[in-house]
Parts: sequence; C-alpha cells; structure tokens
Amino acid sequence: MDNFVNLFNAAVLAGAPLLFGTIGEILTEKSGNLNLGVEGLMFMGAIGGLSGVYFTEMFAGSLSSSLLVLLIAILSAFLCGCFGSLIYAFLTVTLRANQNVTGLTLTIFGTGIANFLGDVFSTSSAGNYMVISNSAKLAFGNQPILPFLARLGEDSMFWNYVNRLFFSYNFLVYLGILFAVLMALFLNRTRVGLNLRAVGESPATADAAGIAVNRYKYLATVIGGGICGIGGMYISMVTAQGVWIYNCVGGRGWIAVALVIFATWGPARAILGGIIFGGLTILRMYVPMGIPIEIYDLMPYVATILVLIFTSIRQSKEHAMPKHCGLNYFREER
Amino acid sequence: MTEKRAEPQTRHAAMEQKQPLVRIVRRPVMPLGQAWAIRGIAFLAALLAGALLIGLLGHNPFLVYADMVVGALGTRTSLIETVKLTLPLLAAALSVALSFRMRFWNIGAEGQILAGGIAASYFALFCYDMMPGWLLLIIMFLAAAVAGALWGALPAVFKAKWNTNETLFTLMLNYVALGLVKYLEAGPWKKPGGYPKIDMFEDVARLPKLFGVHIGWLITIALVILVAVYLRRSKHGYEAAVVGESPDTARYAGMNVGRVLVRTMLFAGAIAGIAGFMQVSGADYTLHEGTAGGVGFTAITVAWLAQLNPWGMVVVAAFLALLDKGANRIHTTFGVPATASDVLTGLILFFMLGCEFFINYRLVFRKGAKGRG
Repeated sequence: MDNFVNLFNAAVLAGAPLLFGTIGEILTEKSGNLNLGVEGLMFMGAIGGLSGVYFTEMFAGSLSSSLLVLLIAILSAFLCGCFGSLIYAFLTVTLRANQNVTGLTLTIFGTGIANFLGDVFSTSSAGNYMVISNSAKLAFGNQPILPFLARLGEDSMFWNYVNRLFFSYNFLVYLGILFAVLMALFLNRTRVGLNLRAVGESPATADAAGIAVNRYKYLATVIGGGICGIGGMYISMVTAQGVWIYNCVGGRGWIAVALVIFATWGPARAILGGIIFGGLTILRMYVPMGIPIEIYDLMPYVATILVLIFTSIRQSKEHAMPKHCGLNYFREER
Repeated sequence: MTEKRAEPQTRHAAMEQKQPLVRIVRRPVMPLGQAWAIRGIAFLAALLAGALLIGLLGHNPFLVYADMVVGALGTRTSLIETVKLTLPLLAAALSVALSFRMRFWNIGAEGQILAGGIAASYFALFCYDMMPGWLLLIIMFLAAAVAGALWGALPAVFKAKWNTNETLFTLMLNYVALGLVKYLEAGPWKKPGGYPKIDMFEDVARLPKLFGVHIGWLITIALVILVAVYLRRSKHGYEAAVVGESPDTARYAGMNVGRVLVRTMLFAGAIAGIAGFMQVSGADYTLHEGTAGGVGFTAITVAWLAQLNPWGMVVVAAFLALLDKGANRIHTTFGVPATASDVLTGLILFFMLGCEFFINYRLVFRKGAKGRG
C-alpha cells in the first residue's frame, strides 16, 4: 500500500503540468484552433514564471510570503503564455496563416527564446545559475493542506492514506484540478461556453447566429495559451525546483497535445489522463520490470500512439474533435 | 441617426457607416516581383526584430550579424562546416516537402533520420569486414532508405485506414526512435569502457570526401533534382498534390487516396533515412543521440519557407545553416547563447507566414477604395 501511495503521489506530481497543457489546449481547440505550439508555450511559461519570481527577488529582496510568490509566478507565466498564443492567434485568425505550420513555428520560437533567455539570465547571475531563494521555493513545496486531516491521520490508518493520497500536494496541483472542473462546467453549462463550442464546430453557423467568431477564437486561444504557460511554470518551479534547466520542458507539451485526444476534448477526463501519463513517465522508478531504462522511458510515447490508434478506430461521434478544428474561418469565402 | 427622414446623401453616408472599417478582399494573382518584394520586406522586418533583441542584450546588432556571416562563410573550414550543416537539413526538407504536398503533417523526419541512421550503423558496425568498401556503403545506403521508409509509412498506413492523427503519430515515433538510439548506446552496441557511446566506424564505412565535403553533397543534389521532377513532372507528384488540395476531389477522380498517402510517405521516409545515412557515415562517423539533432524539425521550416519548391529549399537550407553556424560563432565572440539561431528562425518564419496574407489579400478601407499591400 505504501508503495502504491508513493507511486500515486509521483504520478499526480508528474501529471500536473500535463494537465495544465491539456486543458489549455482543449480550450483552444474548442474554438477551432489546433495550436501545435503547446510545447513552445510551456517553455515560455517556464522561463516566464521563473523570471517573474527571480527578478522580483532581485529588485525587492527575497519574498517571504508564499502567496505572493505563487501569484507572481502564476501571473507572469500566464502572461507569457498569452503573449505566445497571441502571436499564434494573430497569424492564424487575422492573417489566415496555416495553423499547423504556425503552431510548429511557435514551438521552435518558444523553445528557442526560453533557452536563450534562460542562458542569458543564468550567465549574468552570480553563480552561473538562475535560481530563486529557498524561502520562495517553499511556495511550491508539497505539504498537507488540511492540517486537521493530517492530525487525524496520526491515529487512523484510513485517514492517513486519504491524507497522503489526496491532500498532500503543492498548491498548483489543486489549481490544475480546479481549472479542469471549472472548464468542464464552462464548456457544458454556460451560454458563453456553448457559443465557443459552436464556433469550433461550425463558425459559419455561429457567425450567422450573431456570435463574434473572431473574438471567441482570440480569447479562447490566448487564455488557453496562458493556461499552458502555467503548466510550463510548474515544470521550472516544482519539477526543477526553481532552477533554470536547459530544455526543461522536454516534450511534455507534445504529450499534452496527445492527451487532448485521450481525454476526447473533455477537461474532466483530462485529470485522469494527466495522472495516467504522469504515472507512465515515472513508473520505472517504482515498478521495476527488468527491461532497460531506455525502453521503459518510451512507455508514454508508445501509449500515446496506441491511444491515437484506438480513438481513431472507435470514431465516436459524441466525443470527437471540433469539426472545424485546424481550419481557418474566412467570412468572405464561406 | 436621430432624424427619421434623411436626405439621400446622408442615408448613403449612414450605410457607409455600417460597413466595417476595413474589409478584406482576395487579390487576383499578384505580380511575382511585387510578391517577392513583400517577402523581402518581411524578411528584413524579422531581422530587425532580431536586432532589437540583440540590442536589448547590449550588443551592436550589426556587428553581431556581420560576425555571424563571417563565422559561417569566412574561412574554408567554416564554409565546409556550413555546407555539412546544410546537407541533412536540405535532404530532410525534401522529405518533409513530399508529405506536406499531400497536407500530411509529417513532423517525424527526426525519427526517420534516426531510423535510417540505426540501420546504416548496424552494417557499419557489424559487417564492415565482410565485403569491399563500396558494397558496404551501398548496402548501408539501401538499409537506411528502407528503414526510413518503413518508419515514415507506418503512420500513413494508419492514416489511410482509420484517419489516425498523423501529426502526433509521427511526432511520437521521433521519441521512440530516439529512445532506441539511447538504448543501443547504453546496451547492445555500447563501446567497451565508461560512457554509453557507440564506437566510431571503421574507415571502410565512412563516406569519401570530394572538395573537402563528404560525397553526401552529390547524393543531396541528386535528391533535389529527383524530388523536383517527382513533384512537378510525375503522375505520382500530381496525385499527391490533388490529395493535398482535396481528398474528395482525388477520390472522385478515381485516385486511391490511401495508396497515394502510403506511397508518398514511403518515398519521404526513404529520403529522411538517407539523410540519416549521410549523418552517420559522412559527418559523425558514428551513431549518437544528436545524429538528427533537431534537423527534422528545422526541415519543416525550410520546406514551408521555400513553399515546397526544391530549388528554393537549397537557398533556405543554406541560409538556416548559416544562421546555425553563425550562432556558434557569436556565442564565442559575444557570449550570445547559440540558441539565438532558433529564436531568429522562429522570428523569420513568423514574419514570412504573416506576409503571405498581404500577398493573397488586400485591405479595403471604408472611405474610398484605397488598397494597401
């Protein structure tokens, strides 16, 4: 049981950045924009979140309030993600560029600029090391969030496990789950959410019904990009513990794009997907199977391929990709 | 409008008011010269944006750009290095262009290069003493082409049968190929001794040189001509283009869309595999994690910038290789990180993607019909 708890904890922690990327991309795709730049956006959020805290500390001294650190990190990562996806939205919505190529370019650009700035900031810092203060790092640490439950757990096995399984993570994990639930409600239960889905399914119909198609596309893409940025920040702040590591995102953005398909465009199902795929990336440390590490590391990728194949064979009508996803909408040429 | 009955003129003006400030109108085909002028301006604007970034770091952008050019082309050695960087990029771009012609979003050139590299390396490492050098090289070449072709066709088969998303499939295969290389490095093909590395090839398994560069450049030129003919002059190339424009049209015209997809991806994968062969046998003399080194991704940029024109790709690939080599140089002279080349590549592509809009459309403003390019 202890082994399972540890595995589950590690899976959740590894899955959280994937979750952010996935729900950000779900929001984007619901507007009909297939943004393949998630990897780049996560890179931009990773350097953005780290820089936000790093430079605030440089100018204002080390921050003692965890809440403030979190806010700065989330906000700066979000804004960097917004900036990246704004480029994408401008090129694809206003200038009608090809979505696939624009997304790939965003990945090249975002990866490049994050590693570039990370290198510049690192070499100009004291120890060739871009790192935030220890007190700021505490804001991203895992801790029991319900102290009374932790006390209960001291006496009872059951509450001990409940506490460790569900209430012992860093704040960002809960934020991710909250985002996913809110997004599910937004897309299924609100008028604006339904309008957005109409834009992704059939922009011409939505346009005729008086929905401002371009405004929806812009907002969904930009906010979705911002959420992806927070996922990147999670990697530099939680996974890398507040230090800039070259190429730190390392393909997670791409797995997030695949997870959108796994979750069949449902934000709530993305939570499950995040935990499963997060688990696959760390499984080898917990369940030795006597196969070489390098082969073990392939599991999330092979699993993604299998998911792609099975979902395409099943072809469910209800949980399919938004019909107009990947295509630009030209009002003049409909 | 407050008045109920307006004069005809003011009514007309009110209707004008209802029109949006800017309308977008598709242009009839723009003269070629003008189109290239717009692309030129966009290119300069991208360099300007890059200059801004360099300026923010406290360097003189002109000196940095000049240093890049000198670093890439200044001496015979650096020129050879730049050509060596151009070759895999160009070959991979040719491969990508074939699939992009069908709107098959293949971002798996990276993995196909590695698959080719693995196959070629097998013969180089284990069969080098069984046959004469020329035969060994030919077998390595063929093995690489076959391996790359199979690696590339796999997603196409699924796309043809079940419409499986090819973008992610090809991408995931990149990671799988990279994982296999890491596995071979650490395990079965590991050179005795400390680090996980594969041994250098024997001399017989290395491509000979001509004018200082391995003869991969001859192969690459041949590939450029082949792909140009294939895309422009062959029935296959035409079918690929029709499938790209509209699969329904292709089906209506009696083409087997699935077969076109798989066939074209076999060729595309083979070319990428050959690029892998040239890397292991001509450039690095071994197989390692960096054998593809992002070439497969940059190749997408090359193919798109050149608008899938093979001759254009020669120019673009050479230019991006120059950026890459130049970025190493400015890293040593100015301490500007070498990733600057990625940033510049991204910027240039953003601007190029954006400028196509002004070539295809013109803006019509409300007052009068003033067009703007």
